[in-house]
Amino acid sequence: MAEVTDTGAELIAPPPGVPNPLLLIAELTYRCPLHCPYCSNPTDIGAGKYQDELPAEDWQRVFREAADLGVLQLALTGGEPMARKEIVELVTASTENGLYSTLVTSAMPFPKRRVEALHAAGLDHVQISFQHSDPALADEIGGTIAFDRKVKAAALAKELDFPLTINCVLHRRNIDAVGSIIQMAERLGARRLELANTQYHGWATVNRDALMPTRAQLERGEEIVMAERERLGPNLEILWVLPDYYEEVPKPCMGGWAHDAVLVQPNGDVLPCQAAASIPGLKLENVRDKSLAEIWFESESFNAFRGTAWMQEPCRTCPINRQHEDFGGCRCQALALTGDAAATDPVCQFSPHHDVIVSARREADEPEPEQPLPFVYRDLIKS
Amino acid sequence: MAPVFTRPTLATGVRLRHDKVRDQTVLLFPEGALVLNDTAIEVLELCDGERTLDDIAAVLSERYEGADVKDDVAELLGGIGERGLVVDADG
Repeated sequence: MAEVTDTGAELIAPPPGVPNPLLLIAELTYRCPLHCPYCSNPTDIGAGKYQDELPAEDWQRVFREAADLGVLQLALTGGEPMARKEIVELVTASTENGLYSTLVTSAMPFPKRRVEALHAAGLDHVQISFQHSDPALADEIGGTIAFDRKVKAAALAKELDFPLTINCVLHRRNIDAVGSIIQMAERLGARRLELANTQYHGWATVNRDALMPTRAQLERGEEIVMAERERLGPNLEILWVLPDYYEEVPKPCMGGWAHDAVLVQPNGDVLPCQAAASIPGLKLENVRDKSLAEIWFESESFNAFRGTAWMQEPCRTCPINRQHEDFGGCRCQALALTGDAAATDPVCQFSPHHDVIVSARREADEPEPEQPLPFVYRDLIKS
Repeated sequence: MAPVFTRPTLATGVRLRHDKVRDQTVLLFPEGALVLNDTAIEVLELCDGERTLDDIAAVLSERYEGADVKDDVAELLGGIGERGLVVDADG
């Protein structure tokens, strides 16, 4: 996500106190033609509250407020953002406010005239998801016939001279094809390829046992990625999102709670991350009632796990003094695995619950059953 | 290895922007932002795909009383070019 690095340039220290956000994740709708079993959306996307989608005028105001708050990057996502009929107006609003816009899309649909209109409205970047490099397996994972249309959509994005990112979430059923996925991205003319090892939030939690790769699969995958990076250089930037179940220290989830990113759900609820609505007792604010700045700086939810003062042991006196770097890991994962959102993320080797992770790894390494475990597909109706 | 440029220009989808909230200039690109120092800003503003590396160095040298900046310019662009953010207009 929004990153600040020091390549060829001197870093400027961020202002003291609460930083301003760099990234707005706008989940425009939870409607989506795909049914990916690792979707990061909440498992209750079918709930009534999410059907009351924020009107375009409210989104336009939110984009203006975000820009005033220091947001530089806007991710237009969902669900499928193209399912919103006002998508072109929303991109126009982003452009007017100087935001760098990314359309995070399944490319279903991706009609030429509409995409040309998005280009004219100033859309900066297109990210298209792929589920596999093999058409039949891709469609099986996504739960719908999509592969050929995605290939055509990628060609259209190139034709219009959009910088193109291909995103592929990796798991047990596709990680062995990582080499061919990289070559597919190369053929499609992508500038970037995000190989995101599944993070176990939302629907991925339900499907964890079916999705989690073995350590051997991961090691082979990583080896291929490293070799391909060397071969491709700057022509195709390959991001490898670490599989944190196989790490000994947690990730700084979202760059820290309420540190870099702010997320608005289809109904206008505002969260520090995709899964935060799962935390019981967290009082959610809505952009229909308050400004983004008020919510960012003053709300109980955004301040709940900000910085390090809220931490318990072992984070509070971290043996390797890493709490300012990883912020205790992921709050939602801590909640899901320990029942306490303020606990240390069990991915951490010092967590008293680390055995949960170790046993999940052990289970993933057990011999493959005849038939792979079935997926529970993302669905609006059943949820 | 860091790329060497003839007529450098920002890659498609890469742009400079002043960030008024933090009062700094940033390079924006797909899903990232890079905070630039004053020298980097000056160099990137001259990367129009027309000027050669020598032209850019000459402009800056004139601004800085004849200092020889060509190596610095090449190094800076090489670093940013390694990430695919600057490309060669001729390439």
